This record gives sequence, structure tokens and C-alpha cells, in this order.
Amino acid sequence: MKKFISIKSIPAYLPIVNIDTDMIIPKQFLKTIKRTGLGKNLFFELRYDDEGNKIEDFILNQKPYDNSKILITGKNFGCGSSREHAPWALLDFGITCVISSSYADIFYNNCFKNGILPIILEEEKIKELSEYSHRKEEISVDLNEQKIVYGNNEAKFDIDPFKKKCLLEGLDDIALSLEKSDKITSFEKNLKNNKPWIFND
Amino acid sequence: MPYTLYDKIWNEHLVYQQEDGTSLLFVDRHLIHEVTSPQAFEGLRNSNRNVRQPSLTLAVADHNVPTTDRSKGIDDKESKIQVDTLEANCKQFGIKLFGMNDKRQGIVHIIGPEQGFTQPGTVIVCGDSHTATHGAFGSLAFGIGTSEVEHVLATQTLVQKKAKNFRINVNGKLPLGVTSKDVILQIIGKIGTAGGTGCVIEYSGSLISSLSVEQRMTICNMTIEGGARAGLIEPDQKIFDYLKDKPMSPKKENWEKALNNWKNLKSDRDAKFDKEISLEGKEILPMVTWGTSPQDVITIEGKVPNPNDEKDTDRKNSIERSLKYMGLKPDTAAKDIKIDKVFIGSCTNGRIEDLREAAKILKNKTKASHVEAMVVPGSGLVKQQAEQEGLDKIFISSGFEWREPGCSMCLAMNADKLKPEERCASTSNRNFEGRQGRGGRTHLVSPGMAAAAAISGNLDDVRKYQN
Repeated sequence: MKKFISIKSIPAYLPIVNIDTDMIIPKQFLKTIKRTGLGKNLFFELRYDDEGNKIEDFILNQKPYDNSKILITGKNFGCGSSREHAPWALLDFGITCVISSSYADIFYNNCFKNGILPIILEEEKIKELSEYSHRKEEISVDLNEQKIVYGNNEAKFDIDPFKKKCLLEGLDDIALSLEKSDKITSFEKNLKNNKPWIFND
Repeated sequence: MPYTLYDKIWNEHLVYQQEDGTSLLFVDRHLIHEVTSPQAFEGLRNSNRNVRQPSLTLAVADHNVPTTDRSKGIDDKESKIQVDTLEANCKQFGIKLFGMNDKRQGIVHIIGPEQGFTQPGTVIVCGDSHTATHGAFGSLAFGIGTSEVEHVLATQTLVQKKAKNFRINVNGKLPLGVTSKDVILQIIGKIGTAGGTGCVIEYSGSLISSLSVEQRMTICNMTIEGGARAGLIEPDQKIFDYLKDKPMSPKKENWEKALNNWKNLKSDRDAKFDKEISLEGKEILPMVTWGTSPQDVITIEGKVPNPNDEKDTDRKNSIERSLKYMGLKPDTAAKDIKIDKVFIGSCTNGRIEDLREAAKILKNKTKASHVEAMVVPGSGLVKQQAEQEGLDKIFISSGFEWREPGCSMCLAMNADKLKPEERCASTSNRNFEGRQGRGGRTHLVSPGMAAAAAISGNLDDVRKYQN
């Protein structure tokens, strides 16, 4: 996984609440067996018309937002389906940081597995940050310091320390868990004794 | 210290816990399907890793499979690649698979319980958000992403942090024509689509206990639509009777051991819940959704909201956006909404009791002439059972199409989909924009309500057709 340390970008502001993962990446693109290549279809139905032409009004179709690395959105972002294609599509488009007042649990977790930082901020701060999107001014995000710098202002954000460490160091979850292999083995041994039906023994 | 059922299952599955609470949780049962697993297997191969416990994983193709004649295979090239890839991966790693032509094939959340793979007190995961369904058996069941699927395959564990405990009590009796689908729609309307975020929900109360096993599955299934990853119900004799003698249920002395363990699976009387709400059965009416989020519910006697009545700006904008997408005017009565299609099926309402409920309404009646309607049984075994009971004949003679099992038009990954602006009364779980096809308009309802809508040609009150 690629590390996330800090980024600087003009944010794109998408003020819609309850954006679901179907909206982020519709089902016709879930037929892939790869993790890459989904960026062009990110927000497909908001981005393209029935003939496949770009809808100019949509923010990610406009300059400079077509190069935004930061997406600011309405609350409960990423609700619905568990599809990891949603963070894959964001990442492939170039978005590595999302800022919202809340996220759906599965999407939130999926972000961390892909080097994307989902920041939770209160609505007021989000309104302030959205101004920088309108004005096409860069903001910067520093994970180590847990802060967003915009103009002369700063907003601090909370993050789980373990998740932060994994993002900063680009750690592979599975390798970390496999270090606990002995513990898993002894758990399995106990399980076979105490609940033999689990293994259908 | 008193514990909730969730606390107890959590504690029993803890392999390791870091100081900050980040935990490694053992997974007893892993279900996989063709859409969210290929990248996980690819990851295993790239890192030279193996599947730790192949016998604890069960695979089935459901999202992509055609629901029409399967003898010629899958037409859609990409769908075929995904289904073939699942087959190849299962073969390589020694995982049991129900192939497309196996009569046990069906929607992953229907076959798990049907086979007895789903069991009380277990941790069950699947790369699908409706994994919550299995919580009806008193298991901790939740959806995961593909990276987590890979993690489970490689380690038979998951990295998790404990969620909060949320109890929803539903007491009383279900009024005539009201189903567990209406109960969960009403709950989601009440708590909102993010109401359960960060929580595991336990459903309890006299109404919940009075529900059949399948009705309970409908409730737990849609827990994710209220934002909670998992919803569970204390297992009781109905659950044990349901599981007895299922192909993958414990046998002989193991059955006795399991039963002894399962009978203790309940929240302690004085267990603390972080959140709690209560509903009364008599207040629940047949429900429909009007908008593009499952929280957008009204009763069949109600009308579509008017954004001008809303003070909260976010909510007002969201209502306006939904009304525009749905092609509805504010204050339209639910019963005045004309429909084009009816879909009965999905992991929410594709089981035998759901089909019986719809067939009961449709018996000796025909669908409105302008309506196209289809039934997609949740599994091959559900289909077989329905045919033995003659339900297929009732559906066909009332003008429905009788299809092969799969996810079908719940998410429209196969050929079954809505055309732009087509309006559907659907027994599925999500009314998101584009969910059933680009520009398609979905109204979530119970199977009986879907049948009533098919007959009337508009959303209608199932109680009108109750004998």
C-alpha cells in the first residue's frame, strides 16, 4: 500500500449528503477482476450523460477540479454497498483524501486499506474549507500533525492511532496479522476442543 | 459484569487485542462471491500466500448470473470472466463452490442459512454489505471490503475495533398485511440511514420473537440500510428447529454440544446498551419508499413530502434532488404513483415465505396490463420448493415471469434492469439513484405490497387484497 503523509491540492466540493457507493461507482464497473482502471468511471452517472459525453456542470469535469486530490462532501459519505471498487475508483482518479462530517463504516475502513485518508470534520469547518474550493485555492493536509492548513487557518482532526501508523508507513495489514500466527494457531486449537462443530469435525 | 450478546460473541472470538483496542477477531464462517473476491485471490497469489482454512469458506456465484435459460452459459463476456475466475480460484485454493448449474446455487445470504453454514454464536463475514442477514441466527455477521476478504482468506481473522451496542425493541403484534419488511423500513425511517453507524444493533421484544426465522432475516438484512454493519437477534427454539438436519449443521454429538452452547446466547438482563429505542407493532403500517434513500419512507396511506415543509437545508436539498430523480411532485399520494415494473426477489425478500406471501395475494388475479413483473427466487432450493407448492403456476398465470435464482434486478448487474425513468415496486433493499438501472426509479416494498402493486398498476394497499 502507498503511504499517505501529506498532500496539497485545490479541493473539489461535492455538497450532496448520503452519497452511496452505487453513486461513486455503479455496478456495471464491478465486473472487473482488477483493482485499477476505475478512475474514468468514478461518479459515472453524475459525470457523463446518456451518450457518454462529459456533463460540464459536474465539478470533477471542470478545471482545476479534474486534478483535485482532495474531495469535500456531504455527510454519511460512502453508504450502501461494501464494494471496495469505490475507494479504488477514487484512488485511480487521483483522490487520496476525503473530507466529510461522517462516513459509512465499511467505506471508511476500506479507505485505509488503500492509502486514502478519510477525514472527519464538523460541518462548520467543512463550510469554511468549501470556500477554498470555490476560490480555487490550495489547502494542505498533514497526517502526522493531524491538521488541515487553509490560508492562515488550521483545523485539527482526530484519527485512530493504529490506522494513522498504517497509513504513514504504508503497512500491509495481512503481514502484520500473520506475525500473530502462533496466537491464531492456539486459538484454533482451543476452538476445536471447545466448539468442535465449527470445523465440522 | 453484564454483557450484551454482541459483547459475548466478540469476547469469544478475540485472538489478540492491542492496547488501543485494535483487535484480531477469529472468523468462523466466510462466504464469497464472484464480484468482491477476484482481487483478493489475486492479492494472495501476488504475495505467495495461501488460504488458511479453506473448509471455513463457502463460495457461490450470484451477482452476475443470468436468470433466464442457463444451458447456454453467460452471454456477457465480463460477467462470464468473473464467474469463471471464481471457479478457478476455488479450485486452486480448495474452496467449496456451488456452481451456476448446482441446484443449491443462489444468493449468498440465502444459501448460507439454507445449508446450515450459518450458525448461532459465530462470526460470519462476506464481501457484501447484506451479510447482516445472518445475524437473525444470533451470529455476528457483517460485510467487508475486498482487502478484508483477502485478510480473512490468509489469516482466518479480521482486524476490528469494537462497535457500540444499540438495542431496538419492537413489541406487540403485527397488524394484518404488515410484514417484517415494513418493520425494518419503519425503523430505518426513524433512525435514518446513518442512525446505526458505529453500532451493532440487537433487535428484541415480543414482536421480534414472534417472527419466523425468515422474517427475522429480512429485518437483519436491511440493518446496513440504517448504517449499522451488523444486526442480530437472540437465537431461540425456532432457530434451532430451522437448523436441525441442514446439510452443514452439526451432527450427532456435535449437535447436542452446539445446542447447549447456543441456548446461552443472549444478552444479560442488566446489560448496558449505548443506545436504545422502542416501537410498537400496532403503529406499523404497510410502508413504501418514495425517494432515493431507504430512509425515505411513508406509509401507503401517506403522501410524498414537500421540501417547502423542511427547515433543515441539507434535508430540503436532498428531498428536492430525490423528487426530481424520482419524477414525483410534492404531496403526491403514495397510491397515486403509477408503476411500470414489479420485482420480487433479492436477499431481503427472495425466500419461500416471501414467495408464498406474494402468491397468496396474486391467486386468481392478474397483473395490470401495462406492468411487467418478475419473480426471481433466492436460490435453486427456494425455486424447487415453490414449484412443489405450485407457486410458480400462480405467478405465471397472474402474468409474472418465473426466473432462475440470483441477485438479478436488486442491483442490475446482469441483464435484468430498469430503463431510464421506469418505475418499479421492488422487494429489494436499496432505492439509490441508478441502483436498478440508470435513471430507474425504485420503490421498496414488501412482497405482498409488490403483488398488490402489480395487480393495481400503482402502489397500493396490500390489505385491500387480503382474504
